[in-house]
Amino acid sequence: MRRMMAFASRVMKEILRDPLTIFFGLGFPLVVLLLLSLIQANIPIPMFEIQHLAPGITVFGLAFMTLFSAQMISHDRNSALLTRLYTTPLKAHEFILGYTLPILPIAVAQTVVCYIVSLLLGLKINLSLLWAILMNIIPSVFYIALGLLCGSAMSEKQVGGICGALLTNLSAWLSGIWFDVAMLGKAISSFANALPFIHAVELERAVLIGDMKAALPHLWWVLGYAIVSMAVAVFVFLRQMKRQ
Amino acid sequence: MKNAIEIKKLTKDYKDIRAVDNLDLDIREGELFSLLGVNGAGKTTTIKMLCCITQPTSGDATLEGKSIASNADEVKKIIAVSPQETAVAKNLSVRENLELICGVHGFDKATSQKKAAQAIEKFNLGSVASKKAAKLSGGWQRRLSIAMALITDPSILFLDEPTLGLDVIARSELWDIIRDLKGKMTIILTTHYMEEAEELSDRIGVMKDGHLLAIGTAEELKKKTGEDKFENAFIKIVKGGTK
Repeated sequence: MRRMMAFASRVMKEILRDPLTIFFGLGFPLVVLLLLSLIQANIPIPMFEIQHLAPGITVFGLAFMTLFSAQMISHDRNSALLTRLYTTPLKAHEFILGYTLPILPIAVAQTVVCYIVSLLLGLKINLSLLWAILMNIIPSVFYIALGLLCGSAMSEKQVGGICGALLTNLSAWLSGIWFDVAMLGKAISSFANALPFIHAVELERAVLIGDMKAALPHLWWVLGYAIVSMAVAVFVFLRQMKRQ
Repeated sequence: MKNAIEIKKLTKDYKDIRAVDNLDLDIREGELFSLLGVNGAGKTTTIKMLCCITQPTSGDATLEGKSIASNADEVKKIIAVSPQETAVAKNLSVRENLELICGVHGFDKATSQKKAAQAIEKFNLGSVASKKAAKLSGGWQRRLSIAMALITDPSILFLDEPTLGLDVIARSELWDIIRDLKGKMTIILTTHYMEEAEELSDRIGVMKDGHLLAIGTAEELKKKTGEDKFENAFIKIVKGGTK
């Protein structure tokens, strides 16, 4: 436990000391939130009403957790530091927990900041808000697992492209945050519904308005994706660890 | 004298390449043993196997009686490695890097802080203790990297080309540090610099194509080859080993 905590503390410090993390992790989702709220103030669109928009933005922001996690792992794989750490008593499960656990509080902090700004933009405060913050942990696990997977399997350059560009775009366009994916046609809509992004947003929206019945079907989707992606990520990480 | 490392028929195959071939070697306790060889000789693979990073294809080695094949967790508790490239966490300060290594070895926070303070003093890192590792020069980073290897008081230390890429002054300073460690722990050094091996080593092993071609003190190897300069002795051993 002590060994894992020491490693996790290092991972967290290295992530938080990168100014790009602060900008993309916290700043970018907030900029999007403020811009869309500004549009809503001038041209009212139901999709951009704060109780509808805020949950989506909190989920969108989680895509950056994948990027942080994947960048850290792929960078470590290319550095001699990981070689050194492999010669210490740190065990495989401690590496995995050390890489994943520190990102969880960052994800929660990002969700909290998004909701605080949303409160200033008119979101009503109630107990459901607390549940919404807690529920966002499940999609966070999915995104962090994706980071572990990409970081274990890809080079730093590939991580930048796949996690930085592709994943954030998938999370943005196939999640129904700012438009109904049905507008993109049946095929893309079905594809989007097979992915977890749209379900993570709908789950968060339902929890925020206290509609747990509506949240449940989406919860299973997100939970399923989180469990499967974490299992695959652990397998790939262990394989690359052995190979390295 | 007791052996710290006993290597028996150690072999490593990578697909169709045999990187290390039935290596037999004993290294004595407290000895500074240098492994020399041209690129691809099998030095780094040997070190990687002894450090439990790479599993041997066959054979085994014991470090203070602990097998790398069957008891890697125990081996990891008594060794430390300073890899070829500088192995530091770039966004952590010098002090934090030192505390990190103590932490991953299971030391509590107070002990880690105490050990870090001692290492900072011992390696004259005081002036850069709060600086991020990324901001240090190559020489300082290498010094930190070696301090990180030594902070847990290992019984066996692996130095993989510790002075590679350093300027003359930084290299001389590192030599002083290594000289100071001699006799206090068993050290296995790999290097491409002949004068480094000659200056620092108690014994030297010359590898080629995964085989150990010769072993002895620098003087013994010079005498064996009839050369005055150690570099010439090394070249003769390696060329003579070509079949």
